[in-house]
Amino acid sequence: MNRNHVNTTINGDATQFLCDPGASLLDVLRDALHLTGSKEGCGSGDCGACTVQLDGEMVCSCLVLAAEAEGRTVATIEGVAEGSVLHPVQQKFLEHAALQCGFCTPGFIVAAKSLLDRNPNPTETEVRYWLAGNLCRCTGYDKIVRAVMDAAAELRQERTPA
Amino acid sequence: MNAPDKIETFRHIGTRPVRPDGVDKVTGKALYGTDFKAPGMLWGAILRSPHPHARILSIDTRAAEKLAGVKAVATGRDLPTLESLVMHVGEGASDIVDVSHNCLAFDKVLYEGHPVAAVAATTPELAREAAVLISVEYEVLPHVLGLDEALADDAPLIREPARGRSDEKPSNIAMDVTMGRGDVEAALSGAAAVVEGRYTMEPVHQGYIEPHACVASWNGDGQAQIWCSSQGHFMVRSLTASVLAIPQSDIRVTPLEIGGGFGGKTTVYLEPVAMILSRKSGRPVRLGMSREDVFRATGPAPGAIIDVRLGADADGTLVAAEVTFKYHSGAFAANDAGAGVSSAIGHYRIANTRVSGIEVLCNRPAAKAYRAPGAPQVNFAVESAIDELAIKLGMDPLELRMKNAAMPGDLQTSGLPWGEIGWVQCLEAAKAHPHLSAPLGPNQGRGIAGGYWGNYGGPSTVNLSVAEDGTFTVATGSPDIGGSRASMAIMAAEVLEVPYEQVRCVVADTASIGLSFVTGGSRTTFATGMATVEAAREVKRLLCERAARTWQVPAEDVEWREGNAVCTSGEKLGSKMSAGEIAGSSIHSGGPITATSALSAQGWLPGFGFHICDVEVDQETGHVSIVRYTAVQDVGRAIHADYVEGQIQGGVAQGIGWALNETYIYNGEGKLENPGFLDYRMPVTSDMPMIDTVMVEVPNPVHPYGVKGVGEVPIVPPLAAVANAVHAATGKRMRSLPMSPDKVHAALHAES
Repeated sequence: MNRNHVNTTINGDATQFLCDPGASLLDVLRDALHLTGSKEGCGSGDCGACTVQLDGEMVCSCLVLAAEAEGRTVATIEGVAEGSVLHPVQQKFLEHAALQCGFCTPGFIVAAKSLLDRNPNPTETEVRYWLAGNLCRCTGYDKIVRAVMDAAAELRQERTPA
Repeated sequence: MNAPDKIETFRHIGTRPVRPDGVDKVTGKALYGTDFKAPGMLWGAILRSPHPHARILSIDTRAAEKLAGVKAVATGRDLPTLESLVMHVGEGASDIVDVSHNCLAFDKVLYEGHPVAAVAATTPELAREAAVLISVEYEVLPHVLGLDEALADDAPLIREPARGRSDEKPSNIAMDVTMGRGDVEAALSGAAAVVEGRYTMEPVHQGYIEPHACVASWNGDGQAQIWCSSQGHFMVRSLTASVLAIPQSDIRVTPLEIGGGFGGKTTVYLEPVAMILSRKSGRPVRLGMSREDVFRATGPAPGAIIDVRLGADADGTLVAAEVTFKYHSGAFAANDAGAGVSSAIGHYRIANTRVSGIEVLCNRPAAKAYRAPGAPQVNFAVESAIDELAIKLGMDPLELRMKNAAMPGDLQTSGLPWGEIGWVQCLEAAKAHPHLSAPLGPNQGRGIAGGYWGNYGGPSTVNLSVAEDGTFTVATGSPDIGGSRASMAIMAAEVLEVPYEQVRCVVADTASIGLSFVTGGSRTTFATGMATVEAAREVKRLLCERAARTWQVPAEDVEWREGNAVCTSGEKLGSKMSAGEIAGSSIHSGGPITATSALSAQGWLPGFGFHICDVEVDQETGHVSIVRYTAVQDVGRAIHADYVEGQIQGGVAQGIGWALNETYIYNGEGKLENPGFLDYRMPVTSDMPMIDTVMVEVPNPVHPYGVKGVGEVPIVPPLAAVANAVHAATGKRMRSLPMSPDKVHAALHAES
């Protein structure tokens, strides 16, 4: 089978890879590039564990062909922190215990960051609907929503009342 | 004097520090079952049965073997023939023959998705291509899915030859449990008010987001390694070794991070098959499941038909209860009926009781433990009936529960007395909660329900070692699914009187720590916690002893205070050595300082919960929204308060999903029609309100810090709490789950 040669940018780094024409971006991220932070929970775009940003847009990487990354920028969970400094969404997930098993967490963090990139002051309802494409089976979402609201506040350099 | 007998203050217990494995999990660095790769690894694929019930006449693997890049093919014939042996290593017991035949079908396939053959190849694509080239000739047999259908005289028998007593007619009944006391019929006939009803539901899935996956490497000398995510790597070792008939010491299982289990990862599906493929190919082999595979072939919780009769005197005293249920067992014997019987009505003091349950074999995947396995189903029926009884008696439903609530010393269904349970305290906390008196809007209703779960203790091993600088490492054999590294570090730091960050916790592989039972049965914080405390106390004693030796004073003259050994008398009075000073010079005082605690924790206590749920019902569509939810639970004592709340909130969400949407849907051909998250609809963020939690603390006197298991209780009450709320909102008693919009709509618009 002919393989595609793809030039792309992943987490700021120029990256090349070869892939089957039918390979998903998620498969290439995980298996070829060893970026296993993006998870496959369903492979059908229903769980959001594979969420990445493609040219700044939130997508399920299991629903994107790897070849579509040509000439575009991909941001994965591995690029959310700046070096060892966590993004406020990551920090608030830790402080609020917004993860239990942690498997869905990378997808939630990328999705939440995408929300806060465009809406720094979301309501609880906006958070809940934005994150409705990410499944978490452990937490009941309560602490996740609180973490995202608190991260938004932090990003606005405010503090939420205790 | 009104002062309490004992005021307990803690340094760390009940606090909310960041979990030690947190950064890895928010940055994508943590390695889960699906993330691990071994050098030279092959990719496996499994061919699964398209039929719910068929005899395998032949399997032709030649075409697959000829495909370039295919390195091994395996079928059920590659697994050794085993003698029946019931093993108690997962959650409940499993016959090793069933475990083996569930990994790879031997002569019959028993459900759609039952593995028939497996291949290993150099790429995942090749492996999938090769699996399709395997040709299987089936003789399709009549199948049966329903409980009553599987019990009919002419039902196809799932298990041949039928096991059981020789005097019994062969049937699909896999388990039969009855408990109770008194004269139920007489009490019911004398009761002032009686309610009865039949409650039904189809199976539901645990719904962990991480599909099963493993890598196995089995060398020619017989030694093997397995890397996988599970609720217990010792369970993986034990079952895999038994299925393959090899010594357990030849398998080293390294636990990877686990992406949720909820009981569903307490057995092996893939590991023995990956082992066979590895042995045949001489290379490490990775096997994984797709989401469809997970739904079709891993353990759902049983569906049920439950009949309930309750009787009470006019003053609300419960006089009789009869609960009779049937649970799906699936293709192999499961274990939910026993727990179902003991979880049905034990929260009430009732003189005359009869609870009996059976498990029924049918052509579905083998039922597997799901959070409080067997309890939510019967609780749904009983707590709905209690609600109905309260209405019939004209009593407040909380008062009816209070009046009959079991207290310490009252008898459980089994006849054993309850220990230090906190059920009444939960009811009192709920009564005082503002939620119960908050106003409701139009089309809204409020429901309440209570429930309980027995919890467990059992085997755990912990090693606690001191580094040369006086920092500590706790190694356990318990997979961390929801923050247990943090709770172990809290308990050890509490004993050692050191900062939380001075204690780190790892989950050690099967060759590096002693036997530990699965993370299940809400046992880890209790049992592994008990071992952690015991090991920490021993390390503290050793540190004092070493200091005494250094100071050349009697050991009884040294005490551990605020993280230091302190000399309390004699000429060295007031001398102090830190853990670092003691450990740094341990080479001169007797060698490395470490302690292991290996125990089988006893004295666990059940947990009780009481839930309050407000719903709003859309009269036009039948859609039910949860608008407010409060969960009260006796947690014994919360070690890490955030993760205790998280367990409660997560259990509630799963219960709400079970109540409102989740269900297995099979078609007439015995094939699952909703094996994906789009059609198997679990709650998402926008379906849920915040879940208010109230932690009631009635400490377990046996545990050093009072721990009771908390993880499973919260999934028990929501089914009835939601149903009772729907009744309050609509006047309709929903006795069939899920209360999906179509069913609620039909109930709302039924012509009487």
